[in-house]
Amino acid sequence: MQHFLDFEKPIAELEGMIEMLRHRTAGDGVNTSEEIAKLQAKVERLFRQIYAKLTPWQKVQVARHPQRPHFSNYLAELVTEWTPLAGDRLFGEDPAILGGLGRFRGRSVVVIGHEKGSDTDSRVRHNFGMARPEGYRKAQRLFQMADHFQLPVLTFVDTPGAYPGVDAEERGQAEAIARCVEAGLRLRVPFVSVVIGEGGSGGAIAIAAADTVLMLEHAIYSVISPEGCASILWRDGEEAKQASEALKLTAQDLLTLGLIDRIINEPLGGAHRQQRQVVNAVGNALDKELTRLAKLEGGVLRAHRREKFLEMGKKGLG
Amino acid sequence: MNWLRNFVRPKIQAIVRKKDVPENLWETCSECGQMIFHRELEANLRVCPECGFHMRLHPEQRLKLLFDEGVYKRIELPEVPADPIKFRDKRRYSDRLRDAQNKTGEPDAIVVAHGRIGGINTVIAAFNFDFLGGSMGTAVGEGIVAAARLAVLQESPFVVVTSSGGARMQEGVLSLMQMARTTVAVEEVKEAGLPYIVVLTNPTTGGVTASFAMLGDLAIAEPGAIIGFAGARVIETTIRESLPEGFQRSEYLLEHGMLDLVVQRAELGNTLARVIGILSNRGPVGELVPIPRTETTPPRPD
Ligand SMILES: [Zn+2]
Repeated sequence: MQHFLDFEKPIAELEGMIEMLRHRTAGDGVNTSEEIAKLQAKVERLFRQIYAKLTPWQKVQVARHPQRPHFSNYLAELVTEWTPLAGDRLFGEDPAILGGLGRFRGRSVVVIGHEKGSDTDSRVRHNFGMARPEGYRKAQRLFQMADHFQLPVLTFVDTPGAYPGVDAEERGQAEAIARCVEAGLRLRVPFVSVVIGEGGSGGAIAIAAADTVLMLEHAIYSVISPEGCASILWRDGEEAKQASEALKLTAQDLLTLGLIDRIINEPLGGAHRQQRQVVNAVGNALDKELTRLAKLEGGVLRAHRREKFLEMGKKGLG
Repeated sequence: MNWLRNFVRPKIQAIVRKKDVPENLWETCSECGQMIFHRELEANLRVCPECGFHMRLHPEQRLKLLFDEGVYKRIELPEVPADPIKFRDKRRYSDRLRDAQNKTGEPDAIVVAHGRIGGINTVIAAFNFDFLGGSMGTAVGEGIVAAARLAVLQESPFVVVTSSGGARMQEGVLSLMQMARTTVAVEEVKEAGLPYIVVLTNPTTGGVTASFAMLGDLAIAEPGAIIGFAGARVIETTIRESLPEGFQRSEYLLEHGMLDLVVQRAELGNTLARVIGILSNRGPVGELVPIPRTETTPPRPD
């Protein structure tokens, strides 16, 4: 069952009509296949129109779309011999961040990502992709392992943010995130990160201070959720739409600001319409980056990465 | 003095509630509500004589308190593009920024200076909470980078005194990136083998805590300071959990293993001087040498 966003309603109607035509019995005088083709062309046109100029607020909806491919979908398609590794060796295992060993197009790699879950059960199990300190400490551990065994690191970012809870605070949420950023910046192996959905604040950058940061066309990356920003600055959570515009959280804005390196185009109608296609596009982009970065020596990689982040803030939108 | 406090205070409190009293003559402790005579509060380093709460200290006062004889030299920080993403909520960020600059007389929320602590040349970066809640945008990031580089250049220890609500939303993802940027900056200090010490004061939350503020070789906090990642209100409203007694206070963090020391403001200078002295007094470091191996013949089974 396709889930339609509010602004996709006209498309939902057309697709409903197509579905109806398909189920009509032949021989009642109407040339259904011609009619279907016409409607499908119209659907495509509408998609093109709508998705060519999504507003930031609409992108927020697309980035959070429940049927958008999540980290697990990428793992299943792109990583072979996937061997998830659990635990932070200090307190526990946090399924909001998954990580482990595998092969990506022939290379041995360490892969880490936020997992939001795809149905009620798995969403609860993965805590909607909101990690506790254990998740960030597991990521640190895997960063260190990657460095030790000279394995490139791929990270997939998709989180509303770090989990705001009493237990998370008492186990040092802030310290866990800070050390995670530090561990990523220290790597002497290629490190590529891709924002596949929602890049929520400190919980996102924890695993995204990479050599190359890629972003899907309709993904978002923000210092605070539009809702949170609205409730603080507008004192009204209902102003989230306005906040989403002010925050400059789209992939296009981030590229202009020089905060990400490349945008990966999404198929017509967004990643949630053509999962396979988008997963492959991401795979190709990662492959290209790893090939480029593999030519650089570890110390050089680290120096460039540090230099890149040290420069951030010297340039605005102009 | 006690008789004065217990006896005279309530009366005075009643009188000074009226608006016509100049604001700067009396101050209310945000913790216990006690009215405190301004001069007494200053003499007590802005620590409430009633409940011991450590009220906010202006960065210049902080520097005076921490550097030997109160002598230091401020450094001018590099300029950054103001209002980099042309942010506007109900008001323009550029206007809010100008207001904060006029109110504080400072270009942004951080002050960097160098001087001596216990005779050892030291760089301090101190936050100004009165400037947009001490929030970290590009200018604060720039301040931390400049301060860290000065420390490396002078081969000095680096002390950061934090007081911040976190990242500055009005600079969007640019402010989030300051987390990575400041992490690199303090890493350079550590790689130079210089002590990096964080003094956490009330309040320190969000992206500041989740970056350089939690990466100190030593983490020292003033008593009763709120230190955390998520704000207490956010936790209460989103998770609907009630908060334990003393939640996110320095003593709570100390108990949970997140801090090295909780130190009274009056003792802070001495403590810093002591630890900086110890950490800077390094003898020669031995090189790693391979243990010489003598050829041995493996025992032969008879
Ligand atoms: Zn008090």
